[in-house]
Parts: sequence; C-alpha cells; structure tokens
Amino acid sequence: MFELSILWPSLLNGLTTGAVYALIALGLTLIYGVLHIINFAHGAALMMALYGVYYLQRSLGLDPYVSIVVMVPAMFAAGYLAYRYVIGVASHGRDENILLVTLGLAIVLENLALFLFKSDTRTIDTAYTFTTVPIGPAMIALPKIVAFFGAGATAGVLLTIMRTTDLGRAIRACAKERQGARLVGIDVEHVFAMSFGIGLACLGAAACFLLPAYYVNPTVGNGFVLIAFTIVVLGGMGSFAGALVGGLLIGVVESVGSLWLGESLGQIGIFLIFIAVLLFRPQGLFGARA
Amino acid sequence: MNTTNRRQFLINTTALAATAALPLGVRAQGQAIKVGVLHPVTGFLAYSGNLSRLGAQMAIDDINKAGGIKSLGGAKLEAVLGDAQSKPEIGAAEVEKMNEAGVSAIVGAYASAICLATTQAAAKYNIPHVVDVGVADQIVERGLANTFRFAPGYKVCADTAMNHLVLLNNLAGKPAKTVVIVHEESLFGTGTANLLSQQLPHLGFEVKEVIKHANPTRDFNNIVLRVKAVNPDIVIPANYYNEYALFVRTMKQQNVVPKAIYSVLGGAASSYKFVREFSDAANGVLDVNHWFNPKDKRAWALKKRVDAMKDQFFTYEVYLNYSAVHLLADAIERAKSTKRDDIVNALAGSTWDKHFMPYGPTKFVNGQNQGAQPLMMQVLKNDIKVVLPKTYAETQPSFPWKG
Repeated sequence: MFELSILWPSLLNGLTTGAVYALIALGLTLIYGVLHIINFAHGAALMMALYGVYYLQRSLGLDPYVSIVVMVPAMFAAGYLAYRYVIGVASHGRDENILLVTLGLAIVLENLALFLFKSDTRTIDTAYTFTTVPIGPAMIALPKIVAFFGAGATAGVLLTIMRTTDLGRAIRACAKERQGARLVGIDVEHVFAMSFGIGLACLGAAACFLLPAYYVNPTVGNGFVLIAFTIVVLGGMGSFAGALVGGLLIGVVESVGSLWLGESLGQIGIFLIFIAVLLFRPQGLFGARA
Repeated sequence: MNTTNRRQFLINTTALAATAALPLGVRAQGQAIKVGVLHPVTGFLAYSGNLSRLGAQMAIDDINKAGGIKSLGGAKLEAVLGDAQSKPEIGAAEVEKMNEAGVSAIVGAYASAICLATTQAAAKYNIPHVVDVGVADQIVERGLANTFRFAPGYKVCADTAMNHLVLLNNLAGKPAKTVVIVHEESLFGTGTANLLSQQLPHLGFEVKEVIKHANPTRDFNNIVLRVKAVNPDIVIPANYYNEYALFVRTMKQQNVVPKAIYSVLGGAASSYKFVREFSDAANGVLDVNHWFNPKDKRAWALKKRVDAMKDQFFTYEVYLNYSAVHLLADAIERAKSTKRDDIVNALAGSTWDKHFMPYGPTKFVNGQNQGAQPLMMQVLKNDIKVVLPKTYAETQPSFPWKG
C-alpha cells in the first residue's frame, strides 16, 4: 500500500482529469438524453476542437483559455449545422440510422484530420504548462487545476441553462415526450439541433482546458470517447449529475489504478466498473429505473 | 495549354525505351545514384526522424558539392525520401517502394523496431542497408548480409554505461545503492530495461522498481509519484525525447532529486535542445550515448552549420546519419558500381576512417562496426561535456549531484 504522500497527489490528479472527462461525458449524455442517440462522432468532434485550439494558438498566438470564446460558439455552430443538414437529414427520423450516420461522420473526420494534419502528435507549450501549485503535500500542475474549475463552471452554466431557461425547458420536454412537445408548439427539430450543438460546445470548452496539459493527434478522441461512454453508463444515460460524479469517479479510479498497476494496466479499473455497472445496476448510479 | 500530340508522345516514349535498353553500367556513368533516406518523419518519432533526415541530406549535399562519386565519373547521390510514420510495417512498405524506385542503398531508419522491419524487407532484394541509429542488437544478429551498423548497439552501450556507473560510484565512495528504471514500451526501452535489471544486481545495485510507460505519455505525475515512493539513489530513464523531457521536468516539479539521473541512450540527456529549453531540469544529468569525438574539429565545424539553421540542433540523429551516408559513399566509391551486390561487398570490407566519431577505422563483423562505442556526457553549467572515458573526456564528472 502506498503512503498518503503518494496517494493524495494521485487522488487530486485523478479528480482534475476526471473533471475534464465529466465535461466530455456531459455533452454525450445531453445528446443521448434528448435525441436518444449514441453519438459515435463525439471523439472525432473533440479531436477537431483540440486542433482548433492548437491552430488558434499556433497561428494567432491565442492563449488556449482565451480560445474558449472562439471554440465554444464555433463548436456549437458546427454541431447545430451538422445535425440540421447532415445527421437529421440522413437519419430519416429513425434512431438506428443516426447511430450509423455519426459513426460514418467519425470515420470521415478522423481520416480528414489524418490527411490535413498528418499523424504527428502535437502539443503546445505555454508559460504555465509546468507551473505547479502545492495543495497539502501534493504538487498539482496549474493547467489541471484550471481544467478542474473550468469544467466545473461549464457544467454549472449548462445546468443553469437546462433548469432555468425556455430552451432548457424545451430540451427537457423533448427528452421526455417528443410528440407532446411538438403538440404544444415546440420546434422539435430546432431543439434537437440545439442540443447537439450544446453537446459539441461542451467539447469546445473541454478542448481548451485539455490542450495545455495534453496533446492532439487524429486518433486522440478514441481514448476519451470510450471513457465518456463508460461515464455515461455509470452515471445513468441522460443524467447530468451522473455524468459529473461518474467523471470524477472514473478519473480517480484511473489515476490510482495506474499508480498500483502501471500506466498500461491502470485503465483496467475503468472497464471493470463498466462491467460491474452493467451487471448489477444497469440503469446507472443516477438513472431512473427503466 | 500544353498538349501532347501523337508525334511528341512517340518521340518521348522512344527516348524512354532507348534509355531503358541501355546496359546498367553505361547509364551509371555520371548519372544520379539513388539512395533511400528512410526515417520516421511523422508520428511520435517525428522529431528524431526529421533530424535524421537533415543529417543524411547534409551529407548528400556535401558529397555532391565535393564532386560526387569520383570512380563513377562524378555521379551525384540522389535522395529518395521515405517516411516510416513511426511504424515498422510502414517502414517495410517504404522499402518496397524504394526497391521499385531502384535505389542502390538505403540509410535509416532511426528506431530499433523500424530498423528490424526495414533491414529485413531490404534483405529480400539485397539492398545494402546502413542502419543509422537503431540500437537493438537483433538488427545485426539475424545473419542479414545487407545490413551494416556504424554506431554501437545497446549491449555495448549498456555494458559501457554499467562499467562507467560502477567507476563513478566507486570514485565517490559508493553513495548510490538503489535504482529505479523508467522505460518506454517498445523494443528500445524494454530491451534496455531488461538488460539493466538483470545486470545491475551483480554490480552491487538494487533495482527497486522497473516502470513501463506508453508512447506518447502526456502525464508523468503517477510515474514520478511511484519513483518518489521508492526514493531511489539513481533514476535511469530509457525513453525517447518527448517522454524523457516530460519525465525529467515532472521530477523537477515534484521535487524528486536523486543522486543521479543516469540514462543509457536517454533521448534527451545529451541533447542541446533539451539543455537550451529546460536548463534547470537538465543540469547534472548523466548520459551514456552516441557522441562525436570532441577533439575532432570537423565535428565542431558541422555543429556550427547545424546551429546556424533555424530551430535545428546538433544531435546524434544528425551526425550519425551524416556519418552513415559518408560511409555508404565511401563504399560506392570503392565498389565503382551502383549494383547492390557490389556495394554490399564494399561495405563488408570497409576500413573507413575519415569520420569524426570516436570509433577508429570501420571494421564490420556480421554487419556491426567493431570499434563503435558510446561516450559518457554530463550537463554542466548549461553545456554538454564528455566526462568518460579519459581519452575523450573534456572535464571531470560531478557525482553525487547536489541538486
């Protein structure tokens, strides 16, 4: 067993990574909760957002955290348009079609990135990449702390939108009862596209928080999307609180797991949890019983 | 618009056919000699791959400027560039393409795993393959007659490193007893780690832990925490540049200061780029690695040219590839032929000494240059100095490091 001086930093590392996982999972769970589709293009969209942040920094010298004001609207617009003019149209109103369309979209985006940006792994170097902040006996990298609070703030904004605005109410109405929502005059197609847009906007924010301490290459999204799916299942499909708690939990399990079992085997804990949840609590931690 | 009419087409194709029909020997006179320059210029090894390519191209330019291959009427060398994309199977596929392109020889392919694949693919066509870096000993242990390695393999490097480590420790009164090895997961890191963890216990060091990591790894916090838990006297990293830099910097961040960070072929400890970019983390680091003879003026002259380029550094990738191309050119010169078999024979009998590496004249046994050896360097006052062996040393080593 490791002593506290090792476990504590590892725990904090896990929490900070988990916050970003949670943000990615929030987008995924929103799209699932409203549209009842599993968005396979989520990882590819995150990858595109990371490239966006990378090139904003490289060509315009824009700080990754400043890029949020560009990336969030840009990803929202991309998501809205993608749903309105590609996914929604190609699905012909059937959920299983959407599944395939998003999978196809993921493949196209990944290969497009491979063609445009090559397979190189790219990183950005900022003045604060290696700045650390002592928290008790632990030294935590500043970008991770920013990511933790940034992800928390983004999640807060998202929850406020869902709870208090007309759009939020409309989204929740569509999620619960599509036909009923249409009957009371909600433009369902517009709400669907808005949800998809907001889901991707979360990725735009996540990318800005992620890149200062991470890297980007055309397949970077795959690792995240697998984890995000686990979080969504763990927390309960469509549950925001579930995504938040699940994200933090998975982050900690991964961090402490890799401390014990090594970097390669450490992720096994995530998938053990995934299997255990499917077996014993298929509706997830915060999910309503089906 | 430029259109090709039937007559023009006939003229062109007839000329082409006539050229093709000429015997090889006649064509070779004064014509370009194609040399495959194969490196991982994209993917996770892109940084090293590009430096390797730079070194090879500088050598080709120098040779051509100096009049090409004189025994072939001043024939120029022409680089056929290949990108292994940091993957062995793509490296092998590039060899197939180079064979189609009619290369006389190949220089490359930086990483051990890629070299294993490319030398084997080149062996099918008996294309002479000069291995530039690839330190895995299997590369020259499979009886491939086409494969030649100018630089030392990792058995030699690891043995030298262990001897020097014992020497260093004894001189300081044996302050170091425990070791942690951190290595990357491919052939180079794993092989080095296995060898060290077998041998070090016989030399009086206890290997407390061997930690493996993936390529790329963007967060070394957990690994550094494990190192911290063990608190070893010596930390031995065996990985490539990006991971090495990140690992050493994270150690610095987490206040882990061992008596020595001692690398065998560590990707960054003998890198001017690393010293310039992260001098705070670099100082004191020891490394047994490929290095030029610091007493040879030609090495410093080449360094000056590389330093003058924007964002380029004089690393072993550069000068080992520079040397490998010159070694090949010497063989072609003596073979007086662009035929692959003739060049293979010329390389096998090579006694080339016009280089600036601390190897002496070349002598190949089973494709390995027998005189090849690494040197031991230490980063001192933001500069890299050779500290062992005595013959090449520029200054005294500083051990144990005081942080």
